[in-house]
Amino acid sequence: MAIDKFITFTSKAVPLPIENVDTDQIIPARFLKAVERKGFGDNLFRDWRYDKNNQPVPGFVLNTPTYSGTILVAGKNFGSGSSREHAAWAIYDFGFKVVVSSFFADIFKNNALNNGLLPVQVEGSFLEKIFSVIKEDAGAEFKVDLIEQKFTIVKTGEAASFDINPYKKECLLNGYDDIDYLVSCRDEITAFEQGRH
Amino acid sequence: MEAKTLFDKVWDAHVVKKIVGGPSVLYIDRHFIHEVTSPVAFVGLEKRGLNVFHPGQTFATPDHNIPTIDQDQPIKDELSRNQVNKLTANCQKHGITLYGLNHKWAGIIHVIGPELGLTQPGMTIVCGDSHTSTHGAFGALAFGIGTSEVEMVLASQCVLQPKPKKMRITVNGTLHKGVISKDIALYIISKISASGGTGYFIEYAGSAISSLSMEARMTLCNMSIECGARGGIIAPDEKTFAYVKGREFAPRGEAWDKALAYWKTLKTDEGAMFDDEYTFDAADIDPMITYGTNPGMGMGIKANIPDGNDLKGTDKITFEKSLSYMGFKAGEKLEGKPVDYVFVGSCTNGRIEDLRMFAEFVKGKHKAGNVVAWIVPGSKQVEKQAEEEGLTEILKAAGFQLRQPGCSACLAMNDDKIPAGKYSVSTSNRNFEGRQGPNSRTLLASPLVAAAAAITGKITDPRDLM
Ligand code: SF4
Repeated sequence: MAIDKFITFTSKAVPLPIENVDTDQIIPARFLKAVERKGFGDNLFRDWRYDKNNQPVPGFVLNTPTYSGTILVAGKNFGSGSSREHAAWAIYDFGFKVVVSSFFADIFKNNALNNGLLPVQVEGSFLEKIFSVIKEDAGAEFKVDLIEQKFTIVKTGEAASFDINPYKKECLLNGYDDIDYLVSCRDEITAFEQGRH
Repeated sequence: MEAKTLFDKVWDAHVVKKIVGGPSVLYIDRHFIHEVTSPVAFVGLEKRGLNVFHPGQTFATPDHNIPTIDQDQPIKDELSRNQVNKLTANCQKHGITLYGLNHKWAGIIHVIGPELGLTQPGMTIVCGDSHTSTHGAFGALAFGIGTSEVEMVLASQCVLQPKPKKMRITVNGTLHKGVISKDIALYIISKISASGGTGYFIEYAGSAISSLSMEARMTLCNMSIECGARGGIIAPDEKTFAYVKGREFAPRGEAWDKALAYWKTLKTDEGAMFDDEYTFDAADIDPMITYGTNPGMGMGIKANIPDGNDLKGTDKITFEKSLSYMGFKAGEKLEGKPVDYVFVGSCTNGRIEDLRMFAEFVKGKHKAGNVVAWIVPGSKQVEKQAEEEGLTEILKAAGFQLRQPGCSACLAMNDDKIPAGKYSVSTSNRNFEGRQGPNSRTLLASPLVAAAAAITGKITDPRDLM
């Protein structure tokens, strides 16, 4: 079961200039009761997006037509907290393909990569620049090039390169997934087990 | 021979192979699953037409989503019931051992693993739950994984992992009266921040750490994830061996001797290198409490909330947002503020030692009228032991009631939700917005601070009542 192949694209971005956006904010625990992977995007940032009467909170970035696009830009330490992969599913299911931050929590980063969602980590100063570009012009576009590992502010041409593990890059570009790979290693794993005792 | 850290020793012993320029195929000895993060993994496995590679190495229990009353009745909430039923069906179908609701060994997965001796030094242990770090207290390499990785373990008994960096946190000296391991954890996180450990695996060392009981070590390792670290690990010693010995799944006879000889080699060699090091003095630590919406926003209970004057940009916005959510003002004191709820439980502080401490503190006193207290044992065995030791009686006399085991208000997936706007002093591990229910306000603390709040109805330094 492959993941979607990651292709270079240009898009507007949705800004969330808050730090420590934890997985309980991305998707609150009470929405984790499904036994299948579907519909999590509806509850992305649920408690910021809807009030207690389930009415959309005016002004929240996902509720205003001002912002759109498939890039989410957030403050540092994004995805901290629980290991729930539902967080990555919710973001991807909502339609984002990339999350930009100056720092990601480890488990979230793994989970994102395992689902074709690309975490782009940039310097704090570059992140502030992205926020200010969006603030000036909500329609500003950004280009994400995974092959070149480059994130570009289209209007100014300023770019930041980002890191990704070469193996994970291959997986994303080709839509491969780890499980198929590990299953192909079963014989080696058995040999390893026998060698241990 | 090259000097190695404890972490390196356990990691290296489990690498099946390393992908060039990529992660390692890491062999997993023990895999724990629960009802929330496993169903999608089984769906994936079945879609691929795969069997579970080694069903004997996976153990299951429902904990996140279950009610903490009337556990002998069918679960009322349909979605929760469905998840628990799915777990049962998946385990039956694939030959996985399940300790279902009402089983005498059921409980929060991170409480029952050690109780049953499933957790042992030198093992690799994973679970689709970030607090898997708890098991590091035994010198095991234990970390939380996502659902795709749960599927990997089911399919191959391995995960693909890049090797994390290594950090050592040394705490030397003697703890003051009324200061316990939860305070050490909250203190460390307040010092290095909620993201200070990201990218690292932490080894805890020093005289203050080795003086801790096994249960206290579990509390500390449990909280490692709250500074962003994948896990925490403590070198096993005589206390560790004594704890494991004789438990249900512990090795016996010759196998024990062999295991013990290996376990004794599990410590960091003299001169081994860490990527980062911190040293703290136990005497600097006070009973801790959090004032914000991440576990790094903690302080000594008598301290004032920081004024935040030195913060700028996104940092400032985040700080202000956090305090406004909590209904607190920068620079003010928390001590003396009224409390609505007290929650004692979770994989952080739901073990027998925690209940003992709480019970001893409240003995002969009475619960404040304005406080609703939920005391939730971490497992059926803890529940039974509390009964046998007379703790349940003591609690009752002081106006408290023991609920049935489960994660409960730690993440509020069941009915145990703190109402909007209410303040909860909680022995759990996360004070995120809405963690204990939509718009609930959580103050993380030790069981002693929780006990003091439950008695006075206010945020209180437990040392003032001891
Ligand atoms: S008690 Fe809380 S932190 Fe621990 S496993 Fe349950 S939900 Fe997770």
